[in-house]
Amino acid sequence: MRPSNLTRRLFYWLSVAAGLVLAIVPLPEWLSPVRPDLALLAVIYWILTSPRIAGLGYAWLAGLLLDVLRGMTLGQHALGFVLVAFLTHRIQLRMRMFPILHQAGAVMALLAVYHFVIFWTDGLTDHGYTGSDRWLPVLSGGLLWPLIVAAGDSLLRSRR
Amino acid sequence: MVELSHDSRPIIGRDRPLGASFLALALVSVGLMVADQRYGQLERVRGWLSAVAYPVQLAVDLPFRAWERVTESFADRSRLRQENLELSARLRLANLQLQRFAALEDENRRLRDMRENSSGVADRALVASILNVDLDPFRHRVLLDKGAEHGVFKGQAVLDAEGIFGQVAQVHTRTSEVILISDAEHAIPVQSNRSGLRTIAVGTGDSDRLSLPFVTVESDLKAGDLLISTGMGGVFPSGYPVAEVTRVERTPAATFALVDARPTARLDRDREVLLVWFEPPVTSPATPVASDATATSQAATAPGPGMEPAAAPAAAPAAPPPAEAPQ
Repeated sequence: MRPSNLTRRLFYWLSVAAGLVLAIVPLPEWLSPVRPDLALLAVIYWILTSPRIAGLGYAWLAGLLLDVLRGMTLGQHALGFVLVAFLTHRIQLRMRMFPILHQAGAVMALLAVYHFVIFWTDGLTDHGYTGSDRWLPVLSGGLLWPLIVAAGDSLLRSRR
Repeated sequence: MVELSHDSRPIIGRDRPLGASFLALALVSVGLMVADQRYGQLERVRGWLSAVAYPVQLAVDLPFRAWERVTESFADRSRLRQENLELSARLRLANLQLQRFAALEDENRRLRDMRENSSGVADRALVASILNVDLDPFRHRVLLDKGAEHGVFKGQAVLDAEGIFGQVAQVHTRTSEVILISDAEHAIPVQSNRSGLRTIAVGTGDSDRLSLPFVTVESDLKAGDLLISTGMGGVFPSGYPVAEVTRVERTPAATFALVDARPTARLDRDREVLLVWFEPPVTSPATPVASDATATSQAATAPGPGMEPAAAPAAAPAAPPPAEAPQ
């Protein structure tokens, strides 16, 4: 039997919460700019596997919580999350047929959109940091995607 | 390959219009940003939300703090003894300096009283720990474990043992966010301790470099100069070390010199900092501070007898003029 909607929902929330916590865990200074956006990757993964559970509202809420945790302007990450969730919903039927590397490329494009939203709103609120290392999470997120898919799939299979 | 779920969307007749909810949420986000940034009207909302965030931040901080506690309690005896010796040596040295400092402070206060300008010396401080939580890697901000509950206010100065650390940017109920002097958005008015030159030190986003962009080529500043806070603007108390000038580069053709300084506070290594309260410098000619015992006795001796007939009898019983002379 496939995992029920309830357990999926539970996994979804736990994984996004873990991603949010990992977003503020202290890392060494050289590693900190590379920190992948695990919460957003979790949202993308769950939209691809169970689109009915992972709606836009939840993604928005996760982004808002990230704003609060990091002390950013309220709504900044929320906008990024909801935009990425919307785009993922639009292309999810195609995207989940992609081979894994192709899929990682698509995820990197989504992450780039997200970071562009953050960059843009940072600029509007006069927090602009224009160094190229602010785009590093796009790369690290793309590299991490196969691992996330493997972890998520094995989690779902084990609950069958 | 992503695991397919049994409830994949039907291709035709989607269950709800995705675009509409996206548009609504995006508009709400933009509205939130505008309200938060332009009007600052979300203090209360942020308060509620930070009540949700606080346990998460504590939970992230906890393992690090516990690890510190463990390593501390298992620290061996000889190291503790060593540390103890070092600390008592430093304390002796500090006390020695303090003896001289007390006299200087009194003198300074008298001089400032004469100019009817109360000094902005920190008079109350609260120790706060920095929570082990990473905020944005490109902004120099830290989270303290003290908030509105402990009387912390927005714009409060934060110091460490070596100098000025930053100022409070956001206050939550139990936590507060501090912007470091090295943040690229931060600027602090400073004065050279040697030449008295006043200028502004701007953060660079690099935790051991401040930049002084408004120093003209002719001005008297050289590497090694200590920059202290001026107290202008009323945010920071005056006279505390801020940074040491590390590089002064003068190009004769340019108007401004290239000046870098290294903050004296240990911005990237501190675990505990001080939140300070001080009386902001008052420049208006208010009533002179006469409550101080030294100030009144000075005032009694300085003007000759007969200057103030009403005040003379009041001062006489407290300190008879003959006894005052040898002091």
